[in-house]
Amino acid sequence: MNPVDSIETTNKVVAECRDLSFRYGKPLVLEDVSFSIHDNESLCVIGPNGGGKSTLLKLMLGLLEPSSGSLQIFGKSAVQARRDIGYVPQAMRFDPMFPITAIDIVMMGRLDRLRFGRFPKECRDAAREALQEVGLGDLGHRPFSDLSGGQRQRVLIARALACHPKLLLLDEPTANIDLSVEANLLDTLEHLREKMTILLVTHDLDLVSRIGDSVLCVNRRVHRHSLPLSGETIKEIYSGSRRLEHDRRSRHIQGDHSACEHD
Amino acid sequence: MTEFLEAVQTIPLIRYALLAGIVSSLTFGVVGSFVVTRRIGYIAAAIAHSILGGIGAAIYFSRVYELTWLTPTVGAVVAALLSAGIIGWVTLRAGEREDTIIGAIWAFGMSVGLLFIHYAPGKAVNLESFIFGNILLTSKSDVIATVVLGLIILTLVGLFYHKLVAVCFDEEFASLRGVSSNVYYLLLLAITAISMVLLVRVTGIILSLALLVLPAATASRFSRQLWTIMFIAVGLTLLYNTGGLALSFQLDVPTGPFIVLAASVVYGLSFLVKRKS
Repeated sequence: MNPVDSIETTNKVVAECRDLSFRYGKPLVLEDVSFSIHDNESLCVIGPNGGGKSTLLKLMLGLLEPSSGSLQIFGKSAVQARRDIGYVPQAMRFDPMFPITAIDIVMMGRLDRLRFGRFPKECRDAAREALQEVGLGDLGHRPFSDLSGGQRQRVLIARALACHPKLLLLDEPTANIDLSVEANLLDTLEHLREKMTILLVTHDLDLVSRIGDSVLCVNRRVHRHSLPLSGETIKEIYSGSRRLEHDRRSRHIQGDHSACEHD
Repeated sequence: MTEFLEAVQTIPLIRYALLAGIVSSLTFGVVGSFVVTRRIGYIAAAIAHSILGGIGAAIYFSRVYELTWLTPTVGAVVAALLSAGIIGWVTLRAGEREDTIIGAIWAFGMSVGLLFIHYAPGKAVNLESFIFGNILLTSKSDVIATVVLGLIILTLVGLFYHKLVAVCFDEEFASLRGVSSNVYYLLLLAITAISMVLLVRVTGIILSLALLVLPAATASRFSRQLWTIMFIAVGLTLLYNTGGLALSFQLDVPTGPFIVLAASVVYGLSFLVKRKS
């Protein structure tokens, strides 16, 4: 393979979002959203609560349909692309009393290959491999309820990896987890970053600086920023009174002057 | 005890009761574990109470229109599945508070049943056997129904075990992996509904939830894996059903309350043992 080819493959577009808008009722949750994700990129999605981060994630999973505009993943609709997407929800969402072992959870990543009856050996092996990948190879037979918050989160990551995804979507993987104690979770995320395309929703700016190649700021409209983020930008994103100015300036930079007062 | 064993050999009714008790233990242990794990005990209770509506309607219409095929069991199955369907539909559409619907189905079924039974022509209906159960009224056709319905339930669980577990654990992820969480949630409710029909025969409407839930709840204090919980729950139910039948026969006390009392006491005692972690 010549060098030009290799550059082209690394720049391949994985997901492409064009002029997407979404509304639940009347008010727009997302407006004029355009961005693309390239192969092997690690993109962090940040933004204030209620800004539309979860909605964007649900759109990418095909759980919601865009009201207008288009969203294509691997050149297909989100629903059709599901098979190649691994999804990691927040660990704390789950019933802590649920009687299930780590490996049985990971095996759920292979559900689409199961018609009925028992999982075939091939699925069991894939699950074991995925657990190894997140550093939990020894804990497969532990009940989910016995694991720490970080370990539970890693089990859910392993479940997504068992799908053999080409794109990994993570929803606040470090929420409610003490990373000074659970450093393994960060190691896992850093390891995955090297291997695949990642879109990660988070509030944790520390995580952004360690994992992200670039940042997608979602607050009804979407702006892309390169890293590192300046202190000024962070303040604008998170302090309510300055978000409008942030939006105006970001659009100004992109050549959209509709919100500006100059000519 | 020898008296009971003699009775098993000589009296067919006791034999039927014992057989129904043994076969249904399998069903109750397996389904009860799902009900406890998914926390749908109150849905199961509402279905159990609505069953009286089906029983009452079946008695009324079979007597008025002389429909011999319309047995109380047929009415019970129809009512149970109908209630499960309504509760499931409301839960999935989420237009109304779930507990309100559960309460409404619960009371509606009971009142419809009581009215139908009141207006049914012919000889008086033994309401007590439906409300408090009487396993000694088990007939040969009841045993057959128990076996057939039990086999249907166990086959469904065997075929779709992993999908049912996945939907109970994480509906969203299951649907992302191509498993329709609505379909499997409704399947779980349907399985629960049919189990309630079988339970009403053994313990009656009022005590049915206890025999479904308590063995699984006891088992889940000692295991953190669903299939192990099922195994223990089946064993406990088997013990309660057969032991309860034998002892209540020996002591000449009603069977249903005796079985449920045993299940409750063992569940209570399980708190004295340190939970396995």
